[in-house]
Amino acid sequence: MNTHTLPRPKAQVQPPKTQFPKTPFSAARLARTLLPETAPHAAFGQIVRNQVRLAWRLPAGLIFGVGLPVLLLIIFNQIPSFHQTQADLGGLTPFDVYVPILISMVIAIIALISLPGPLVTYRDQGILRRLATTPVPPSWVLAAQLVVAFCTTIASLLILVVASIAAFGVDVPKNPGALVLAVVLSIAAMFAIGLCIAAVARSGIAARAIGAAAFYPMLFFSGMWFPRELMSGALQEISNFTPLGAAVEAIQDSWQGQFPPAEPLLVLAGYALVFTMIARRFFRWE
Amino acid sequence: MNTQAAVEISHLSKAYGNVVAVDDVSLSVAEGEIFGILGPNGAGKTTTVECVLGLRTPDTGSISVLGLDPVRDAGQLHMIVGAQLQESALPAKLRVGEILAEYRSFYREPADVGEVIDGLGLAGKVKDYYRSLSGGQRQRLSIALALIGRPKVAVLDEMTSGLDPQARRDTWDLIESVRNRGVTILLVTHFMEEAERLCDRVALIDAGHVVALDSPAGLAARASGGKSMRFVPSVPFDDRLLTELPEVGSLTRHGSHVVVTGTGELVNTVILTLATAGVAARDVQLDTSSLEDAFVKLTGRHLHEEGIPA
Repeated sequence: MNTHTLPRPKAQVQPPKTQFPKTPFSAARLARTLLPETAPHAAFGQIVRNQVRLAWRLPAGLIFGVGLPVLLLIIFNQIPSFHQTQADLGGLTPFDVYVPILISMVIAIIALISLPGPLVTYRDQGILRRLATTPVPPSWVLAAQLVVAFCTTIASLLILVVASIAAFGVDVPKNPGALVLAVVLSIAAMFAIGLCIAAVARSGIAARAIGAAAFYPMLFFSGMWFPRELMSGALQEISNFTPLGAAVEAIQDSWQGQFPPAEPLLVLAGYALVFTMIARRFFRWE
Repeated sequence: MNTQAAVEISHLSKAYGNVVAVDDVSLSVAEGEIFGILGPNGAGKTTTVECVLGLRTPDTGSISVLGLDPVRDAGQLHMIVGAQLQESALPAKLRVGEILAEYRSFYREPADVGEVIDGLGLAGKVKDYYRSLSGGQRQRLSIALALIGRPKVAVLDEMTSGLDPQARRDTWDLIESVRNRGVTILLVTHFMEEAERLCDRVALIDAGHVVALDSPAGLAARASGGKSMRFVPSVPFDDRLLTELPEVGSLTRHGSHVVVTGTGELVNTVILTLATAGVAARDVQLDTSSLEDAFVKLTGRHLHEEGIPA
């Protein structure tokens, strides 16, 4: 192996970087990278177990993600007019309108606030780099965090939906299949955005700041302060193309029994795809 | 017994942008050896071991770890190499036992957790959160993780920096016991004392180059150009008594003191010769030159004892 006799390439400006196969894309190589035969697959279970413990021991995200929406439901429940149908809300009660908004909020809290912070901290503290010296690829930690965040989201949403039906008199969703599709696409879109934040943020603090900065405008367009039905034409048009606006539209339509139109579903799928690609492109393991 | 090299680095070079971190480094670590890479901060020690671990791709040159290429065969390499990296933390809210269980699951034939934690004095700490550990305990946990996969080669980067002297000595004992089990150890350090105490051989690295490669004693001898002793004779004696000995290079007198330099079994020969002539040597002092002297002599600079890890 006489590679050393080759002339040293002219010094190029490149940051020190751990070597991970990146582009061009090859499914076979991706499979080899993600599931190397050297790594015992039981290790993934161990990583997930520890991620669950961490989520449980640092429950700020859990409390915020489950507690805040339920608290809002309790407050809304005290407002008598929230249980009366209103013509300008298309014959729905404010409660009917707010449940999809709260669903989108839960997804956004976990995707933008709970997900990126720990991942960036892991990179910051050299935990991912340490894993790169074991037979297990660091991407397994990313996958484990996604699994835990996804399960947390589903659990939070179940609490929210069951509570709003059982305790606050909201009707049972009329098209549960479409609702599940709308929720899953919303989670995919928002998690992709969260991963993108983890990819570009330089520190855990930066990740939290970017997450918060993205959270509030998105929440505005979900109709949190001003339901979409009451927005002007232009605002509503913008809302349709924001991730949470599209999520609320798709979730509300499914809840009320229609299969949602293609537009919000495509908008959500588009966000999921584009932001996954951006995250993949910019994600650094150290 | 084969004498295959455990780690073979030949003509390794690595630059970051315009900064050359490692420039044409070649060295070979024998199986079962404790090999030290010693040098000041920023000398290229860490980059060298990162290339050995497959964390970085060399610009030129090649590396073989028990016949494996660290980049091409990374998966197999990581099964037989354990690493302790600088500045790598662990999740604050995980317990020691949980972290060990996770890392243990990464390997096909891992060590027994109890055995590893006993060896590292962490037995009472299994239920403690990582964040509640002292610096020394964290460092020992980090070493435990490097050993949990029963590696054939352990790469330890600045394993004792940040430890108090007692913890440092305990860690040295541990590393010796690991080596006695047949593990090859590649040790990065900027502590002279650590290299002198532990290493079979040492590569002195400065500014990306290997400036010397020898046993710690060999390097020290090279620095002084020989040995030197001083004493006060009990009675006057003729210089020729000593200067005619083959071991003695020079003899000078400073007041009542006599300074003799030379090589080989200098001290024994001088004292014996004087005794047979009826002269007792009092206040004998040996000028033992150290690795530190070797480093200064070979590079013209001092090693920094403490500082920002490179």
